[in-house]
Amino acid sequence: MKTVIIDYGMGNLRSVFNAFHQVGAHAVISSNPEDIRQAHKIVLPGVGAFGDAMKNLTEMGFLDVLNDEVRHKGKPFLGICLGMQLLATTGLEHGHCHGLGWIPGQVARIEGEELGVRIPHIGWNDVRLSRRDGLYKGLADPQAFYFVHSYALIPDDPGVISGLCEYGDDFVASIEKENIYAVQFHPEKSHKIGLHVLKNFASLKG
Amino acid sequence: MLKKRLIPVLLLQNGMLVRSELFKIHQIIGNPIHEVKRFNQWTVDELIYLDIGQSDLYDIRREDAKVRGLSDPLAILEEVSKTCFMPLTWGGRIRTVEDMRQRFSRGADKVTINTAAVRTPDLITKAAKIFGSQAIVVCIDVLHHADGRFEVFIDGGTAPTGLDPAAFARHVEGLGAGEILLQSIDRDGTGKGYDLDLIHEVCKTTTIPVIALGGVGMYEHYAEAIRAGASAVSAANIWHFKELSDLGGKKALLRGGINIRM
Repeated sequence: MKTVIIDYGMGNLRSVFNAFHQVGAHAVISSNPEDIRQAHKIVLPGVGAFGDAMKNLTEMGFLDVLNDEVRHKGKPFLGICLGMQLLATTGLEHGHCHGLGWIPGQVARIEGEELGVRIPHIGWNDVRLSRRDGLYKGLADPQAFYFVHSYALIPDDPGVISGLCEYGDDFVASIEKENIYAVQFHPEKSHKIGLHVLKNFASLKG
Repeated sequence: MLKKRLIPVLLLQNGMLVRSELFKIHQIIGNPIHEVKRFNQWTVDELIYLDIGQSDLYDIRREDAKVRGLSDPLAILEEVSKTCFMPLTWGGRIRTVEDMRQRFSRGADKVTINTAAVRTPDLITKAAKIFGSQAIVVCIDVLHHADGRFEVFIDGGTAPTGLDPAAFARHVEGLGAGEILLQSIDRDGTGKGYDLDLIHEVCKTTTIPVIALGGVGMYEHYAEAIRAGASAVSAANIWHFKELSDLGGKKALLRGGINIRM
């Protein structure tokens, strides 16, 4: 079972790779869209700006292949941090940008000043789990994960939310919709609990 | 609710870990890889690595310490990141976007710049656009003068800049910095506790998280910095000279009524 971690020039992939390796999953990093066709599972990590990320995915030829393999063939997909935000219809970072549109909704900046909290939201925060299967199988509620972000995804359909986190106000920490999983936090940086989440993803039936 | 963070800082000089005092005295205390494994087992909140070496010469004694072929700090970073399942910030001798890219590609989650933030402030903006603000930490080294004045220093604490730390912090926030690592030069290695006035001044004028560094001698000092406004507290020397320093520090924070991750 091969998991392909997409390298599209957006940040630190090695730690994601190392974490999958640590839980015994066979993962590879690839910048070649053809490898996505051969993959059993797909991981889209990433940090950086929404617009740049979509531009890179487009220019590197990932859009069609991702739509085919994830939306049509139903391969398990995990978006991490920016990789979660890209699932939205629209991103509002540095103007309007189109996202992948798999999860109808938008990505907006956390209103730190209004909420009286410092932005970026950096550090360990509790996630209230609303699902106890999938990524969170075997975990008690709540769990602390490591976050580093200034923006968050607001899905139109609250039914896709699998975890909520409070920072001034509640925001969506994770979502699950059929074969599509995504987390705003960094499981690869959240010690044993984070590795547990990745192991759960690696154990999903493709 | 977001928890306050407790962060070990490891100082790397010419291939070895060192302890530091007043930015001047550096003593070798250990092996850069083994220490990380220990912190990983303790599941500390986060880790900051500062490469404070000024030259490219590396200590031959690392061969005795059974560290494989680590000819430069980037190789150490790469090795460290293999067993580091926590956020890793890397600083030292970063001058360009390319320097940053090299560190991110080897496993750093955040980079911290100090001298470059003063000399080439547009680097902050450029880097924030490419890597995101959350990945850019500006380290501000501050000397508290005898007359009570605060001043930002660069080049490993050797060069005064005439800058006021609070104003400078506000400035780098505007340029796109995501976090501030606020280090007190005159408290470094003294164990007298953080410079609380400095922390208060800088936190008051900024809206990004501030990490306090410099002066911890007792676990009780941590909570003081949090009360002064810091989002995270860090220290270097105390982690090497006390048993179970993560648990001890966390317990003291908890006793101080601070929300942390146990």
